[in-house]
Amino acid sequence: MPAFEVTDLATRFRTDDGIVRAVAGVSFSLDKGRTLGVVGESGSGKSVTFLSVMGLLDPRQSEVTGSVLLDGEEMLGASKSRLQQIRGSKIGMIFQDPMTSLNPVKTIGWQLEEAAQIHQDISRKEARRQAIEILKQVEIPRADQRVDDYPHQFSGGMRQRVMIAMALINNPEILIADEPTTALDVTTQAQILRLMKRLQDDYGMAIVMITHDLGVVAELADDVIVMYGGRVVEQAQVDDLFAKPEMPYTWGLLGSLPRLNSSGGRLEQIPGQPPSLLHPPSGCPFNPRCEFVMDICRQELPALDPSTVGIDHLFRCHLDEEARARIWEKKRQALLSEDAA
Amino acid sequence: MTQFLIRRIFWALFLFLVATIITYLIFWVIPADPAALAAGKSATPADVARVSHYLHLDEPIWRQYLRFLWNLVGHQSLGNSFVTRQSVNHIIGQDAPVTASLVFGGAVFWLSLSIPVGILSALRPRSILDRVSMSFVLVGISAHPVWIGLILSYLIGYRLHITPIVGYCNFFPGGEGVQCSGPVQWAYHLILPWITFMILFAALYVRLVRANVMETMSEDYVRTARAKGASESRVMIQHVLRNSLLPVVTILGMDLGLALGGAIFTESIFSLPGLGHEVINAYNASDLPLITGIVTFATVCVITFNFIVDITYGFLDPRIRPN
Repeated sequence: MPAFEVTDLATRFRTDDGIVRAVAGVSFSLDKGRTLGVVGESGSGKSVTFLSVMGLLDPRQSEVTGSVLLDGEEMLGASKSRLQQIRGSKIGMIFQDPMTSLNPVKTIGWQLEEAAQIHQDISRKEARRQAIEILKQVEIPRADQRVDDYPHQFSGGMRQRVMIAMALINNPEILIADEPTTALDVTTQAQILRLMKRLQDDYGMAIVMITHDLGVVAELADDVIVMYGGRVVEQAQVDDLFAKPEMPYTWGLLGSLPRLNSSGGRLEQIPGQPPSLLHPPSGCPFNPRCEFVMDICRQELPALDPSTVGIDHLFRCHLDEEARARIWEKKRQALLSEDAA
Repeated sequence: MTQFLIRRIFWALFLFLVATIITYLIFWVIPADPAALAAGKSATPADVARVSHYLHLDEPIWRQYLRFLWNLVGHQSLGNSFVTRQSVNHIIGQDAPVTASLVFGGAVFWLSLSIPVGILSALRPRSILDRVSMSFVLVGISAHPVWIGLILSYLIGYRLHITPIVGYCNFFPGGEGVQCSGPVQWAYHLILPWITFMILFAALYVRLVRANVMETMSEDYVRTARAKGASESRVMIQHVLRNSLLPVVTILGMDLGLALGGAIFTESIFSLPGLGHEVINAYNASDLPLITGIVTFATVCVITFNFIVDITYGFLDPRIRPN
C-alpha cells in the first residue's frame, strides 16, 4: 500500500473576480522511502496541491475536494485537531524562503523544541536534547551552542538546514519540500540536496520535492509528475521521463535547461504566459502556447494515456504516437548536437 | 552599548537646547509685556521698570537664556514663576503627578480595549465585530477631545450623576487643605478623563493592532508554525502576538511621552490641575520661566520614553539587540 495516495484532488479559490481553479483533478501516489519530483512553472498549482493536502489553506477562501489517503486514513475532511496531529508528526514540510520561514523573535532551539513538544509528551530538557541532536544531523557545526542563537544569526543555507531539522524532528513518514533550494545560491543548493538525500537514507522518509528545476529532479527524484495549469500533464519514473518525454510542455522544459557545455547561444524558452486559472483555455491547457496545436486541442482535454516507454508513464497529448516519436527524436538530436558543439 | 548610551545622551542634550531656544525665541517675538502683567493693574511706569529689572526682563534675550541655563546647570533650578514667585520645580512637582495619573491610567484603559478588539477584528475581518469597531474608530478619530469630554461629563456626570463632573483628588491620602484624597476618590474622579483618553487613542490603536496582526498572520513563519502542527491558539500567542505588537510599543512610547508634557484639552475640560492646565495659565500670564520649565519637562519626557522604547524593543526583538 502506498504511504500517500491522492485521488482527483481539486482546489478552488473564491476571489472577488470569480472562482480560480488552482488545482483541477490531480492524482498520484507515493511509496515509502521514495522521492517524488513535482515540476511546473509558477502558477501551475504544484504548491497549492500540497498546501491543500496539508490543510494549510484558509477554508474561508478555498474549497478542496477529492481524496487524500495517508496510510489509508482520509485527510480531507479530517477534524482540525486530527490535522494538527498529522502535521509535523507524520508529514513534515519545508518552504521556499528560509529567510522568512523562521520566527525572528524566538531562538532556533525554542522553535525546534516547540516542534518536538507539540507531538511528543516530553520534558523541556528532552526536547532540547532532541533539538541539538537533530541540528547535528543536519550538519550545523557547534550545534550545542548555536541552538541558542536567533534565526538572523544564521545564513540562508543554515536556516534551510534548521527548517529541515524542524520538519524531521518527529521522524515523519513524508517530507514535503516546497522549492527548498530556490532561494539559495548554487553551492548551497547542492549541499542542501546532498543533505536531504543522506537524511532520506538515514530516516527512510518519502520526499515530495516541489521544484521548477529539472536538474533537482534528475538529482533526487525516483518519480516525476509534471504539472501545468492545475493538472498533471505527464508522470513517469524519472529515467523514463528523461528518456522519452511524451508531450510538448515537457519537451519545452527539457529544452530550456541550461547546459554546461552549450555553445553559449540563447536558451530555449517556451513562448507565451502560463494560463489564467480564472479563465482557463478550453481543451488542453497548454494549447495557446503549443507549437504543434491542432483543432482538437482547443476542444477536448486529452486523457492521461499510457506511454509505450516505461511503467506507469502517463501523459496528456492529442498528437499520435508516430508524430510524438518523430518530434522528440528531432529535439533530442538538436539537444545532443548542441551538447557536442 | 556604552556608545549607544553616549549617542543618546548627546542627542537628548541637543533636543533639549533646540526646544528651549525655540521657546525663548517665540517669547521674544510675541508682543507681550510680562513685567506689566506681573506688576499689576495699578502699577506706575516706574513700578513696571523696577519689576522688569527685578525679573531680568530688561536684559537681552540671549542673556536671559544663558541665565536660565546657568540656573538649571548650577542650581538644578528652573527659576521662579514671574507671577506667583513660586519655584517652577515646585509647580511642576505638583502638576506632573496629575498629568501622569491621567496619561498612564488612560493608557491602561485604551490598551485593554484596543488590543483585544484589534486582535478579534484581525481574526475575523469583515465580521460584525470588525465593522462595529471600525465605525467606532472612525468616530474616535474624527471627534475632538473637547467634544468627547463635554458629552461624557454632561451625560454621565451631570445627567446620570454617576461620576463627578470636574476635579482631582490626590492618590495618597492626607495633605493640608485638600477636599478629598485616597486611591478610590482618585480613580473615581479620573474615570471620565480616562474614558475620554480611551476613546481618543483606542481608535488609532485598534486600527494599528488590527493591521499589524493581519500582516503578521500572513508571514511565512506563521505558516511554518501551522505546518509544525501548532494549534491556532498557540500560533496566535507564540508566533503572531509578540511580532505584531512590536510596532505598537513604538507608537505607545511616543504617545505617552508626548501626552505627559500636558494633555491640554482633557485637563481643561475636567479642571485637572495638571501640566496642560498649568501651561495655559502660564501662557496667558506670559510667565516665561514656567513655560520654559514645562517645555523642558515635556522634552525630558519625550526623550525618556523614546529611550524606554528603544530598550524595550531590543528586549522584544533580538534582531536589533546590540550584539
